[in-house]
This record gives sequence, C-alpha cells and structure tokens, in this order.
Amino acid sequence: MLTTSNGTSDLHAPFAEAPASPEALPAEVGTLEGYNYGFLDELSKKAVRRALLKGVAIPGYQVPFGSRELPIARGWGTGGLQITLSLVGPGDVLKVIDQGADEGVNAVNIRRLVERTSPGVATTLDTGAATIIQTRHRIPELPLRDDQLLVLQVPQPEPLRNVEWREAETRRMHAEADYSRMWVALYEDVVQNGRVTKYAGYPVLVNGRHVMAPSPIPKWDVPKLHMAPYLSLFGAGREKRIYAVPPLTSVVPLSFDDYPFAVESFGGATCARCGSPKTYLVSLPDQQGGGVYICSDSNWCDTTLAASLAAHGEACR
Amino acid sequence: MSALPTPAAQNGHAHAHPQARDAGPDHPHDHTHGDDDEHAHPAIAVHAPLAATAEAGPAMRVAGLTKLYGRGCPDCIATTGPDVETNACAACGTLVACANVSFQLQAGHTIGIVGESGSGKTTVLRALYGDVTPTAGTAHLAAYRDGQRSIFEASSAERRRIRNFTLGMVYQHAWEGLNLRISAGGNVAERLLAAEWRRIGQIRERAAGLLGRMEVPVAWMDDFPAYFSGGMQQRVQIAKALANGPSVVLLDEMTSGLDVSVQAGVLDLIQEIQRDEGVAMVVVSHDLGVVRLLCERTMVMKNGRVVEAGLTDQILEDPHHPYTQLLVSSINA
Repeated sequence: MLTTSNGTSDLHAPFAEAPASPEALPAEVGTLEGYNYGFLDELSKKAVRRALLKGVAIPGYQVPFGSRELPIARGWGTGGLQITLSLVGPGDVLKVIDQGADEGVNAVNIRRLVERTSPGVATTLDTGAATIIQTRHRIPELPLRDDQLLVLQVPQPEPLRNVEWREAETRRMHAEADYSRMWVALYEDVVQNGRVTKYAGYPVLVNGRHVMAPSPIPKWDVPKLHMAPYLSLFGAGREKRIYAVPPLTSVVPLSFDDYPFAVESFGGATCARCGSPKTYLVSLPDQQGGGVYICSDSNWCDTTLAASLAAHGEACR
Repeated sequence: MSALPTPAAQNGHAHAHPQARDAGPDHPHDHTHGDDDEHAHPAIAVHAPLAATAEAGPAMRVAGLTKLYGRGCPDCIATTGPDVETNACAACGTLVACANVSFQLQAGHTIGIVGESGSGKTTVLRALYGDVTPTAGTAHLAAYRDGQRSIFEASSAERRRIRNFTLGMVYQHAWEGLNLRISAGGNVAERLLAAEWRRIGQIRERAAGLLGRMEVPVAWMDDFPAYFSGGMQQRVQIAKALANGPSVVLLDEMTSGLDVSVQAGVLDLIQEIQRDEGVAMVVVSHDLGVVRLLCERTMVMKNGRVVEAGLTDQILEDPHHPYTQLLVSSINA
C-alpha cells in the first residue's frame, strides 16, 4: 500500500474528512514566552520589509539584506522564514511546503516556530485556505489567488554563479543586462547535449530586464510564475538576498527559438494514488524493481483523492 | 563530441563569405553597412590614399587620451615623458601610462601604434575598448550617436553595447579575449547572443562562416580553444571580434606570440578582411614589419607620449624623432 507523505498508511481514514479549514489543524504547542512577535526583533523585520519593497519595485533584482540568526541553520530555509516572520500577523494562515510535502521535518519545524512565536497565526495544509505559503522547491498545483503570498526558499539566488564566480562581476553583468555568458552556457549545453539539460532552477528573464534564479523549482513550475496574479517573494538566508516577482509580471524562461522551453514530460503517466493526469510527478520505486509515479504536491494529491473517494461513496450509496 | 551537425556550407574556404555578415537576423546595431559599398571593391589597395575615402569621415576621433595610475598632481605631465625618459611623476610617484594621445581613424583605414614595452600602446587600446577607464580625454565613434558624444561619457550599459556592437578586440594573449573552456563556436556565439540572436541554427551558421573565413577547420568548431595552437587561437579571436560587424577593430600585438610563418598567415587574413569588410583598425605592435604591412598611418609612442605620427612610409623612411630613428635603425641593422 502506498504511504502518504504525512505518514498515514490507510488511504481512507484521513481523507474521509479532508482538512479543509484552518481550524482543522490544531496548534500542537503553546506559545513561547519571552520572544518578540514573529521571533525577529522589530527592526530586523522592518529591514526585511524594506528589502521586500525594493525587490517588488525592481522585479528580479537581488536586494541584499542583513540575514539574522534563527533557531534553524542557514541553508535550511532561513531566507524564506525571515520573510514569513516579517509578514505574518494575527489572522494569517500559514502553509509550509518542503518539496511538495507539508510533513517534511523542515516544514513541520518551520511551521511550529512560527506558531510558537506568533500568536494568532493559524497553520494549515490546505493550499486554498492559506494566506502565506512558504515553500521549498515547489509551487502548489492549485492555482494561487491574488490574496495569497508565495514565499520561496532559495539556496543560490545568483543565476549567473555557474558562469561567473566573482560577485562584483555578476553585479556588473546584472547592472548592464550583460547576459551573453549565460546564453553561451545554454548554447554550449545545446551543442554538447542536443538540448538544454537544466531542470531545477531554470533561469528566467523577469519583466524583460533581470535574469533571475526562480529557486530550484522544477521546470514544471516555471510557467506558473509568468503573469501570476499573486506576489512571489524569494529569500536566500545564507546568501543574504531577497528578491520578488510582483503580480502580473512577465517571467520568461531563457530559451532558443529553435530549441524552445518545455516542461518535464512523464510519458503520459498519471498519479498512482489520486489519478491526477496533469501534475508534477515524482517516482516511487516498488517492491518488484519497477516504479510508479505519484503527485509531488501532497495536499493536491490528498484533496483529489478525498474528492474522488467522496464521489465514489456517493455512487455506492 | 557535438550533438549537432556542423553547418556543411562552410568548409574552410577563406573567401567564401564576404556577405556572411548579412546572413543573420536583421539587428539594428550593425553599423558597418553604410561603409560597405565604398570598400567592398577589392581593387582598392591596402595603402589607399587617404583622400580617396576622406568623405566617409573618421570612424574614430581620439583627443587628449590620458591615463594616470596614482593620485596625480599638477606636475605629473611636466615631469614625465620621453624627454626625461620616465613614466613616473617625480613629485608624487603617479604612473603616467599615456598622456594627450590624439588621433583620427578614417573609416576602413588602419592606424598603427608602435613603441617599446611600457610606452602606453596597450593602455590606449584598452581605454578605447573599455577595459580601462581613462583619466581624461575623449573618443568619438561615428557609430555612436553620430560621433556627437564621447564614448567615455556613455553609461556603463551603453559602453557595453558599444563594446559588443561597434568595437572588436583581439588581445595579445588568447585567454584574455577567449573563454578557453567553452568551444570555439561558443566563443564566437557569445557576441551573437549578446546581439540577441536566438536561433541556434543561425548562430552556428554564422560562427562556422566566420571561423571558416579565418581558416579554422569548421570541424573544430565544438572543440575547446584550450587545445588549439597559438595561431589557431588568434584566428578564433579575430572571428569573435568580427562577429557583429564592428566598425573599428582593435588589435593588440596579436602576432607577437606566433612564429614567423604563422604570423604571415594571420597577417594575410587581416589584410584580406581589411580589404573585403572595410573595417577600420587600430594595430598595436612593437614589430615595425607588422605596421609596415598593415597600416597607412603610424604613431610612435614612448613613455606614454606620441613622439611622432604620420604616414607609415614617411616615418619608416624619414624618421624625425631620435627614438623613431633608433627604432627604425634597429630593424634595418
């Protein structure tokens, strides 16, 4: 039997009542005493917000910010977390995703930290119910609305790092929109391999001006950023950079006219668990040495499965 | 090994593609078209009389180009130069790399800069290309705002465009001008990609044409220049410099590291390009033979100053300045 990402092995029991409302996820722990609201001090939160405003004003431009110490290690989502902590307030509903799943250790701990230090903030697994969605390496399958915020954790904010290791030089390249070396790297890839082989973190041109690393989301998620109705915020805690894609901004993957950009293909496979035909799938090896595909987005998978089970139940009744 | 076929049309024929520049998509930055008609005719000799093309106007006008390394003081210019045989200011120690260098370059013509090591030749070239920020002076390019504004006043983004579209540079060392870890074709493609060519097929066709023109075997297009001989690397550099049809190409000692027979081959190619494409060139060399072969006009530099300038033949036959006399006698001896 397939195991869901949140550790339940019984397909039926947890989905008979899908957790649709934020209240369905009770606070696991109490509030910690002695910490400022949102863990960070007010000045730090203000600095992050200022960086965010600048990032929104110049789509795709990496704004340096003073990344603070947090009770999780740099490189484990501290950039996204600082954005989230600076933006949450009473009434917000937070969802945290780790590679599509809500129940990754990291996602659980981030959720718990926000919950403990920010009274009045509820958490949820439900994509549709969240007001802030902090995510690592995926954008939810459910199309987001303009009243939702997407916060992405970024390990390497500099898309030019692979072609130029000097920070001063990459800044000059961004300033002069001198991206020919990025293009040469793509050209070389096509010449050597017959196609662009980059999958995660495919470089994009934002608002026709800045080349941006969309964080290591799969190619599948890149088109979702184009003219999206919602605000996307990117935080790199270790690299101390914040950038943003405002709503209704063009986000175009770098590609050649005769070698166009294409998302991943799964050869017509559907999710083995919920049956969704058009989602980003991850492979799950089986006992026989073969494998099946299931949705990477656990909430989408759960919701679809619950809906189909409910429909099945209706039919049986 | 390349996953793509090499364009078959260009198989290394040196003269096959005089029109290759027009093969790509129309891009608005190709500044050379205006001059083509005048210089396309092969009958125009390399040493064409200056009057024949004077109406085309100067492709480049440089005035008072000065570069100081150091804080500078009012005595810097007075206490340095060929008369005192030093580049270092006696008062403040500032290094005067070059001072008050002025010249005009007619469209399609070639000017040579000769001088010993440290005379400031390369600094002039690097300042024009944008590798070095000059301390003072102006440089007007016909292709930049009709020569109404000095390129040194351009914003850094504009400067980048000038560098990518209007100028070409061939460095003394191939590793300065080429990325040796990307293919020869990729190096040429870099300039085309900067000019927003976005079709791999077209880019490869144009790169193959340029490399073939430079007598680089087209089969080597996807190999790394790190494995090429010095002469072959210089040919790739020239192909790269010519990729976007620049109006002025700057050549910095491009044959110094090559043996004599390879030198001759590369110089032949440069002469051909000069004749066919009507590109204006600034040739920096310490080798008077190179200058005699390529340049109608020559400037002699010493200790950061131009000590003599004029027609190459005149300078070589009848040198006035003592340093030039020494230079000329040293090769005739």
